[in-house]
Formats: sequence, structure tokens, C-alpha cells
Amino acid sequence: MNAKRIDKLATAVISLLVGVVVLILLSLIGYILVTGLPHISWHFLTSPSQAFLKGGGIGDQLFNSFYLLVLTLVISFPIALGAGIYLFEYAPKNWVTNTIRVAIEVLSSLPSVVVGLFGFLLFVVEFKLGFSILSGAIALTFFNLPLLTRSIENSLTAVPKLQREAGLALGFSRWQTVLGVIFPEALPGILTAVILSAGRIFGEAAALIYTAGQSAPILNFANWNPFSPTSPLNPMRPAETLAVHIWKINSEGIMPDASAVSAGASAVLIVVVLLFNFSARWLGNRIYRKITASK
Amino acid sequence: MKKYSLTENYIHKFDPNKTTIGLSTEDLQVFYGDYHAMYDGNLQFPKNAITAMIGASGSGKSTFLRCLNRMNDDIATVKGKIVYQGIDINAPEINVYEMRKHVGMVFQRPNPFAKSIFKNIAYPLQKAGIKSKVELKERVEKSLRQAALWEEVKDDLNRSALALSGGQQQRLCIARALAMNPDVLLLDEPASALDPISTGKLEQALFELKNQYMIIMVTHSMQQASRTSDYTAFFHMGHVLEFDRTERIFTKPHIQATEDYISGNFG
Amino acid sequence: MDKIKRQLTSSSKATRQDRIGKLVAFLCTFLIGLLVVSIFYMVASRGLATFFKDHVSLWDFLSHQNWNPSQVGKDGTPEVGALPMIVGSFSVTVLSAILATPFAVSMALFMTEIAPKRGQKVLQPVIELLVGIPSVVYGFVGLTIVVPVVRALGGGTGFGILSGTLVLFVMVLPTITSMYVDSLRSVPGFYREAALALGATRWQSIYKVILRASVPGLLTAIIFGMARAFGEALAVQMVIGNASLLPHDLISPASTLTSVLTTGIGNTVMGTLPNNALWSLALILLLMSLAFNLLVRVIGSKGRLTK
Repeated sequence: MNAKRIDKLATAVISLLVGVVVLILLSLIGYILVTGLPHISWHFLTSPSQAFLKGGGIGDQLFNSFYLLVLTLVISFPIALGAGIYLFEYAPKNWVTNTIRVAIEVLSSLPSVVVGLFGFLLFVVEFKLGFSILSGAIALTFFNLPLLTRSIENSLTAVPKLQREAGLALGFSRWQTVLGVIFPEALPGILTAVILSAGRIFGEAAALIYTAGQSAPILNFANWNPFSPTSPLNPMRPAETLAVHIWKINSEGIMPDASAVSAGASAVLIVVVLLFNFSARWLGNRIYRKITASK
Repeated sequence: MKKYSLTENYIHKFDPNKTTIGLSTEDLQVFYGDYHAMYDGNLQFPKNAITAMIGASGSGKSTFLRCLNRMNDDIATVKGKIVYQGIDINAPEINVYEMRKHVGMVFQRPNPFAKSIFKNIAYPLQKAGIKSKVELKERVEKSLRQAALWEEVKDDLNRSALALSGGQQQRLCIARALAMNPDVLLLDEPASALDPISTGKLEQALFELKNQYMIIMVTHSMQQASRTSDYTAFFHMGHVLEFDRTERIFTKPHIQATEDYISGNFG
Repeated sequence: MDKIKRQLTSSSKATRQDRIGKLVAFLCTFLIGLLVVSIFYMVASRGLATFFKDHVSLWDFLSHQNWNPSQVGKDGTPEVGALPMIVGSFSVTVLSAILATPFAVSMALFMTEIAPKRGQKVLQPVIELLVGIPSVVYGFVGLTIVVPVVRALGGGTGFGILSGTLVLFVMVLPTITSMYVDSLRSVPGFYREAALALGATRWQSIYKVILRASVPGLLTAIIFGMARAFGEALAVQMVIGNASLLPHDLISPASTLTSVLTTGIGNTVMGTLPNNALWSLALILLLMSLAFNLLVRVIGSKGRLTK
């Protein structure tokens, strides 16, 4: 065989494998949407789940997922921002900083189940918080911090150095320069990172099974007192999220319409995560264009 | 490359009774790690004048300039004194953020903030404590006029500064620096990224500014140095080899290296 | 004169703000460092209790095949042989990485060498979507499609290492691909141009020059993919069958470190041997994750040396 034919053959093989991957993705998403969407109704999205009967919904789980997401972001964003700013602006170039960077790298690659178990040990067992939204949110914070910190630092670093000099030369302190000059310009990147991390948090289950728990107590959506046990806002109540729900009904399998409910719930999960993904890209581009004024 | 003596130099000294010195350096030395980038810088910069600093790339002129408002703090070790108003502003106890309000700087490439034209100037003023809207407006207009940009942008001050041309952006940066009311204005090759027309406008603006400010400018272009400056310092391999009135430097320099450099026989 | 001197030498609002800001930012960073240390400390202190408090021999733990922590075996010691889980974890990790690598390499080459513009535009979202799909959804699809197909083709229950591998294959694919794309992009353009200018076909330039120059990058990418596979819990747990038996073939129920952990922690009492034994499994996970990290670093520094 001559070189030209090998070249053609290799290109064909590569294209074939690429085609297979695209096909896998399309059939994955297609399968989930085709089997799941027919189950989705207003009733399904808003009514509580059933353990032994048909016709349960995912209303509480959906609420829990969003509530947990908001709490996690509220806790993790300030910490990640602080750490990102420190690493970007203040960290001296020495072994301590290097060690911290390695630690962040290691944390980002730890299995989420281990992070969840640590959260379980610390909050549920040691601090006796029990299975609660708060424990879950903190566990998800642990899981989210390294990646978010790194993306924030990268977004800050991506702003041209000249901007930093401009701020400093005008008598801004380093803190003012980072917050007033560099942060606004890094905002598109940071927002994108936050939304992408939101997608990750929304779909995470392994870190939650032993922190936020696997039960969804009856919620009274008319009760907004965060200290009442039936209030949806109470951060100390156990809360099964959508992702955990899918895992649970599939591994215990006592629900008669488990596969229908999981198909519907999976479709909801996918749609939300896809929405996060698309909005991240859309918003990032939009803000970028607005800031740079190129229309 | 021809070897020039690095010890033979001619540094003009001013008569303190005739000329007011705005800023001076005493034995300024700069190290990047082990690399000795600048030796024994001893220069006096008179008030109300433009001083140009010329020399080949890597001669230390930009390094020297950036020391004058401590922009090298993070990346280099700077030894020696920089005397401003009788105070050594290179001393560790100096509040560099306050000091930089007295010694402003404009960089090689225009670096406006990603904000509106108005905000570019007003934001630093607000950070410096000016709250009155009237005063902000006045100072924005005044500094834009000083930088010869007002006529071009007065109708759309709310436009993003990034939509301006390179030359306009650079004048905006000068206006932004001027708005802080500095005494000293440091310019690091301010025209190197600009076309000839923008450069002309920039030089015109500088010429009018020297009545109120002391300007120290690094430049690559000898024409620019001879056109705009009153004094010129020639840098070579981390040493200041000559400092004198610009017309003297460009007509009858004391040092061979200077003569070779300005006549293009350098190296 | 004195006024200026005072202004220039005393602290201002800006310096105070800067000091506080720096402190707060440092504390945030320190918190993350502390977090990593405490994770290792707490998991290690529980996980080592199996050996120091319950006096199980480390060698028995790693080499015995019977996992039944609440029972005492014939030899009078508790049955905490973790070998089935260790073998299970390594099997699905290695097999899925082997399966995914040719696909990932093809994807990456397509995006960087064969159709840089169009490939990037189409395949970048493909990668992002594959990353974005939550692992429970992979597990659910695995349960409803992969397991029945394996059952129909291979017999048995369909649960097992093969199903776990197939699910993980799709999950590690985007990790390996995107990391390898980065490393292909860092191969200098003149390598390609030089090869093409010498009359090489595109494949020759890829095969002889680009692939070789990017071997460290590919290894790093594969290790990252393996780290993800090794640590993945729910998707695998849903399709592997959860039988803590040493796997004899690819289609009979097996288990991994993560699957035993997710199902077991809730059913044991804190501080007892069965519970400590589970924490020992978590410790293995932690150490493996550290080992993958270390391996990446070693490859990274070697790659830099040869440049």
C-alpha cells in the first residue's frame, strides 16, 4: 500500500470513530428525551414523590436541587473568589504557594464519593448536624471549590497585565485594582465558570447521599419560616435531590413506575444541565461583547 | 558590537539657584534576581520641562522609568534613593499608593479600562475620594482638554473607551493620569503603538502640558526626543552615559557612544 | 512640605483596605489547604483503625478474597479481604481507558489536524455535553440499555465489569479527549509544516511527528481519565451488580471500591470493624487518587526535560 492510500484509510478510520462518538451522544440524549419527556407534566414537576404507589412526582426533589444549588454557590463563590484573588495577586512565589496549588489540584481530582464521605464524617457525625441541606451544601462546596477557584484565577490572569498596571499607576491599591479594574473585565469568564459549576452541582449525587440524605420529608410550601421542620427553606432538614432520587429509585426499585419516573427525572436533569451549559456560553459572549463594545 | 567605556560619562548638574529640581535619583540600582539591570543612576529632572530618555532596547531606560513610581516593586530589587519634595520615595515606609498620585504614569500600549470614556477618568477620581458630580464633570472635561481629546469625544462620553482609535485611547490614558493632578508624569514610549498623525497630536499635547507638569519620557524615536524634549539622557547597558540639554546632545555630545547612537552608527 | 511628607509616609484607606483584603483572600486559600489536610487526616484515621485498632493485617486486607466484615472467618479473623473490589476497580478503570483511548485520539486528531475549524465547532459541544451529563443519568441509561444488551448478547444477568466498562468508557472519553486536544495544540506548528514540506502525507506527519511529540500529553490525558473512572461511584454502582466476589469473567456481578462504599456506609455502625473496613476502602481510593496525581506530575516534568 502506498502512503496516499494509508493516508486516506487513516482519515477514514478516524472519521468513523468520531462518527461513532457523535452517534453515541446523539442517541444518549435522544433516548433520555424520547423516553423521559412524555412523562413530564405539570403534575410530575410539582407533586411529591411516592414510595410504593404509581404516579408520584418530583416536585420536592426539584426544589431541593435548586435550593441546594443556591446555597452551595452562596457558600462557595466568596471563598473561591477570595482564594482566586489571593493566588492571582498576592501569593508569593515560594514553596508554600506551590504546596497550596498542589493541594487544590489534588482536591479537584478526589473522587466525589470520598469528598461526600468526609462531609458525612465531619458534619453529620462529628458536628451532629444530621442529614441536612446545610451538610449537603458544604460537601458540595468542598467538591466545587478547587475547580471554581482555578477558573476564577484563570479568568483574572486572562485580563491583560496592562490593565493591572493602569490601575496601580493611578494610585489604586492592589486590592482596589483587582476588584475595581480586573474583576469587572474577568466577569464573563467568571460567570461562565460559575454557571458551568452550577451544572456540575445540579447533577452531583455521590457527595450528597450521606450528607443531604436520601429522604424527602413532606414539605409545606405555604410555610416559609426557615426554622420550621416542614418549611422548604429549613436548611437543617434532610433533602433528597433529583439526582439522588434517580439513583435511589433505581437501586432500591420498590416503586412500581420507577423506570418511568427515572426517565422523566433524567430528562429534567439533562434539560436543566443543558440550559446551564448553553446559557453559560451565551451570557459569556454577551457580556464580553458589551464590555468590549464590539457590536 | 562596538565596546564603549561604561565609566566615562557626562552628567549635567544643575545650579540649584537657577533651576528647580522636581525629582532626582541617587545611586539607583536595579536587580532582576541576579541580573544587574541598572547601575548607579544619578539624574536630576528639572521642573516644567520634558526630559527624554533614549537608548537601545535593553539599555535600562524603561526599567529606570518604572522605578520612579515604584512599578518595579513586584518584579525587581531597587536600591538607591529617589528624592521627591525632599523625601526618599524609594524608602520602604512610603505609601506607594499615595505616592503614585503625585507621580503618574502612561504606558507603551494604551490601556484604558473597559468602561466608558467618562468613567475611565471619573472612576479613579471617585476612588480618590471625589464625590461631587459637578466636580467630577469639571475634572473630566479639563483633563480631556489638556490631553487634546475633548473636541473629539465630548459628544459621546458614555461610549466605551475601547471603541476609540489607538491614538485616542492613548490620549485618554494621558487625560486619566492628568486628572489625578500629579506633579510628575512618566511616559513609557507613549507613541510607539501609534501612527504618525496620532503621534503628532500626542506630541502637541505634551508640549502644552510641560508648563504645569514635569514630564519624563522614554522614547525609541530620536526625532521625537529632539522635537519635544528639553533635556535628554542617553542610556547604554544599564548605565546613564550622558545627560544634558537636548540641543547639546543632538549637536555636540560629549561622549562617543552618544554621538554614534544619535547618528545611527551605533553597534 | 510636611503635609506631603505625612501623606506619603502614613497609611491611607487604600493601604488598610489592601491589608484586610489580602488577609481575607489568604484565609480563603488557607481554608482550602486546611480542607485537603483534614480530608486526608480524617479518612486516614478511620481507615487505619482497621489495622491498628482491629488488628487486621494489611496484607490480608489487600490479598484476601472474602469480604464479609461482620463475620469471622475459619481462621478466626474477620473476613475483610478487599481484593475483589480492588480487582473490580482496576478492571473497569483499565478496560474503559483502553476502550476510550482510540476514540479520544481520533476525536482530538479530528479537531486539531483533520478539520480544525469544523471539527472544533461540532466536537467541542459534543465533549462539553458528554461532560455535562450527570453520572446518575449515565447509570440510569446503563441500567436500562447497556445491561439488557449485555444480558442478551453475553448471557447472565448483564450486570458486571463489561457493563461498568461500557458506561465508564463514555464518561472518560471527554476527559481524555479534551486534555489530549490541549496537548496537541501545544505541538509547535512548524513540526507539521516541516513534515508536510518534506512531502509527507497528512497521516505520515500525524503518525511520525505529531503523535510522537505528544506522547507525554496523551499519557497525562489517559491518567486523568483513569482517575475519573477509578473514582466514579454511582454510575458504576448501578450497573456492576454489587457482589463482592472476585470477578471470574466480565459478565458476572462484581463490585468496585466505590460501589461497596456507597452501598455500605449507611448500613454499618460508626467505629465498628465493618465500618472501619469501609473507611479503609475510602483510604485506598484517596491514595490512588494521589498516585494518579503524582504520576501526572512525573510525566509532566519528564516531558519538560526532553523539550
